[in-house]
Amino acid sequence: MDPSSPEVMLTFYRRLYPFKSIYNWLNHEHAPTKLFTHREFAFTLPGDVYLRYNSFNSAEELKKQVCTLNPTRFEIGPVYSARPKDKKTVRPSAFSPRLRELVFDIDLTDYDSVRTCCSSASICRLCWTFISAAVRVLHEALTEQFGFKHLLWVYSGRRGIHLWIGDKEAMELDDEGRKAIVGWFEVIKGGKEMGNKVHVRLSATKNNPGVLPPSLQTALEPLATLFSSLILTDQNCFASKDGYEALLQLLPEGNVIKNLRKKWEADPDRHSADKWGDLKSEVKRFDKGSSTRVTLTAALEDIILQYTYPRLDAEVSKRRNHLLKAPFCVHPKTGRVCVPVDPTRVDEFDPEAVPDVGRLLRELDEAEKMEVDGEGWDDHNDWERTSLKPYVDMLDRHAMGLMEEVRRSKIEKIDTTW
Amino acid sequence: MFKAAQKSKASIKTEPGQVDWYSTKPYPHRLNFYDRPPLFDVTIEEFETCAIDRLRVLAEIESSFVRNRPWDDLKTVTEAQSVKYLPLNANTARHADTESQRKRDHLGHFVLRLAFCRSEELRRRFVKAETTLFRVRYDSDDTSEKEEFLNSRDFDWITVDEEEKLLFSKELQAASAGKNDGFSREKYYKVKWTRVPDLIEKRKVFLKAGWAYVPGREQSSIIFQEFETNLTRALELTAKALPRLDEDSRLVPILSNLSQGFLVGVPSEWNGAPVAGEYVITAEMVDELARKNFPMCMRNLHGVLRRDRLLKHSGRLQYGLFLKVLGLSIEEAVAFWRKSFSKMTDDKFNKEYKYNIRHSYGLEGKRANYPARSCQQILLFDQPKASDCHGCPYRHFSHDNLQTALLSAYPDTLTAADLPEIMHTVKAGHPHVACTRVFEITHSQFGVKKGEGIGGGESVTHPNQYAARSRELEKAKKELEAGPSDESVAMEV
Repeated sequence: MDPSSPEVMLTFYRRLYPFKSIYNWLNHEHAPTKLFTHREFAFTLPGDVYLRYNSFNSAEELKKQVCTLNPTRFEIGPVYSARPKDKKTVRPSAFSPRLRELVFDIDLTDYDSVRTCCSSASICRLCWTFISAAVRVLHEALTEQFGFKHLLWVYSGRRGIHLWIGDKEAMELDDEGRKAIVGWFEVIKGGKEMGNKVHVRLSATKNNPGVLPPSLQTALEPLATLFSSLILTDQNCFASKDGYEALLQLLPEGNVIKNLRKKWEADPDRHSADKWGDLKSEVKRFDKGSSTRVTLTAALEDIILQYTYPRLDAEVSKRRNHLLKAPFCVHPKTGRVCVPVDPTRVDEFDPEAVPDVGRLLRELDEAEKMEVDGEGWDDHNDWERTSLKPYVDMLDRHAMGLMEEVRRSKIEKIDTTW
Repeated sequence: MFKAAQKSKASIKTEPGQVDWYSTKPYPHRLNFYDRPPLFDVTIEEFETCAIDRLRVLAEIESSFVRNRPWDDLKTVTEAQSVKYLPLNANTARHADTESQRKRDHLGHFVLRLAFCRSEELRRRFVKAETTLFRVRYDSDDTSEKEEFLNSRDFDWITVDEEEKLLFSKELQAASAGKNDGFSREKYYKVKWTRVPDLIEKRKVFLKAGWAYVPGREQSSIIFQEFETNLTRALELTAKALPRLDEDSRLVPILSNLSQGFLVGVPSEWNGAPVAGEYVITAEMVDELARKNFPMCMRNLHGVLRRDRLLKHSGRLQYGLFLKVLGLSIEEAVAFWRKSFSKMTDDKFNKEYKYNIRHSYGLEGKRANYPARSCQQILLFDQPKASDCHGCPYRHFSHDNLQTALLSAYPDTLTAADLPEIMHTVKAGHPHVACTRVFEITHSQFGVKKGEGIGGGESVTHPNQYAARSRELEKAKKELEAGPSDESVAMEV
């Protein structure tokens, strides 16, 4: 079944897309609030037509419009100070983005220089490990350090993952705050022509590499374990000449580079793990505490970070008015649904096992055949009869958390008025 | 400059017998968070001058940003500019009338709030410049006075107690990176992380459950952020209240004038109004002026025009508007361009070029009076493409070409020995610094010394400012010598 055919998409929107859950998640309450009514939706129609500044009063209204337009996908933007559909009639100064989930986007294409298994659009179980590592580091930091509670991770449908943070404090962040948080996580910097992409040490001087900020020291330990399994074993990153040359480029000590290059040129098939071992024993030849040893140890830590630390698409997070694809949309190329991901089980997540729209429609057909004269399901909940159910349940649980928060703050408010 | 010097002298009043009535003073501190509006009578003139003087300081700050001045330079320049226009002495200064200085500071700030609350863009720029001014002042404040000021306000931070400090000692020390010798004495303050975004961005603090642990020496971050947030909020409120003020026909023109000054750049004498009197120039004078008074960018355009007898659109725009502001009237401008395009028929000129010239003088089309392009605009917008010759030579020339051009442009005043210094700033990406240095070197005959810039240490921010200052210096010297120098007789064709 062709996922991009309009009929398939229309059936998917009509019968499977969980509009009600999306509404609850965005609205934080049952009765419509500005969080939903002033929220921008943007539709992508076939032929690269892009419709911005749509807004709706209810989940039903959104569903109706989606089914009329039948977009290939749609995106969710910020909550504005006025209804986005009225944009043309209000004064420009009275129309500005106010609230927005703090969003992050991680995409495997940013890892192309360190993954050897696949490149660009393709993805396999091996490279998903990069994503799961990024999810774990980010999730830990955002909850422990920043104190956020309501994180929704969503598979992007092909080779990346999105994060939506719905805490009140996150929603209210201005662009400067978002930029700051991106700065906190932006460890890998610089383009293709930049060899060493990690410059994060505090108070580095000419003779002293400086120390890692505490947040990165915490992250380093699990990443070091991952480095040996993922980079050295699975990806075997330093096997090729290009691979180990890239590694040598990151070393600050000329003699070490020379020794290692000589050794590796003589034995080009040497495994990455062995090469890393060679590097480590070269480092150990310097006295403990000597400045060269300190510099090299710091360089090794930086290398581990460069190969494993999350690589963010920073622009997505920096501004409130950035649009991001809505959860449960269908990726037009793969047909897979953008489903929520449980961060505690992200390692087990298999992108290829994610239900695609064809499979879901088949499941629906079969379910109907089974209950020809069944008790008649509510049309809106057709997804309950497919493998989409656990994912919708996940979004519902997340939305419940947000609603609970609002309910509690309302009770507190009432209390204070007494 | 003269005026400012007189003014500040006049305002210095020493009252020897005065008792220090500290607690009742309206301005006990040099620094001000501007929480309260000024509630006293002011004359219209005070209203305007206070604002303009403050604006000069803020404009210098803003152009420092544009030119990417390092913090220390920005501080020096701002302080110099402040001494000139907006002096603000410490409590310990015995010979200064600190009260009236602070009153002026207070008033100027609030007048500019009225002028700059009107649009999002203006608000953002005003907040940035004001916060920087506050930082400069905070940095130069006495330790004891700073402390007093800080105690006078509640910054709503939680002091981290010893127990908690020990609990996180490892992380806290890592965040302070190397400067650990004073850890036992260092005080930590806990604030919500959103209050110190700059520290978060650079990972300079330890962060736990949304609380940033800010060490005492980074405390200023909290204060600056607080200043910024307060001001932003206050400006939005002012913007909402402003329509009620629009009734007053005396203030509104002043306010809109002020905000416009900020929009087009540094409000100074050479800007805006057509220059009158002796500064009016004619088409015949341009050759000589170009040789003696023009900055490199305009000399280059003039040279190209003379060589090719044509100039492409962007070049004509950059040069033509410059000449207009310099004092070339529309009639003279048409004459100048007609003569310059000597390969062209009258018919073609009238059809294709005259309209554009008249347009740039606001006589055609939407009749906008276009200002001349500032350095900022020349550097950042309308970048020259492969076959264009406008732009800034210090930015858009290859280094070799720039050196040759400089030597041939100033054969008498600039020698090869000056080049390394100029090229050093060019390579460091500071075209304005290079241009200012060239100004100093080529005007040393008028007594301009290194570091003086175009007067009072200001650097070049506008080609017209360069030319105006150059002509001023020349004129002053001529007047001094009382009699025409032989230079002014010479005329090139």
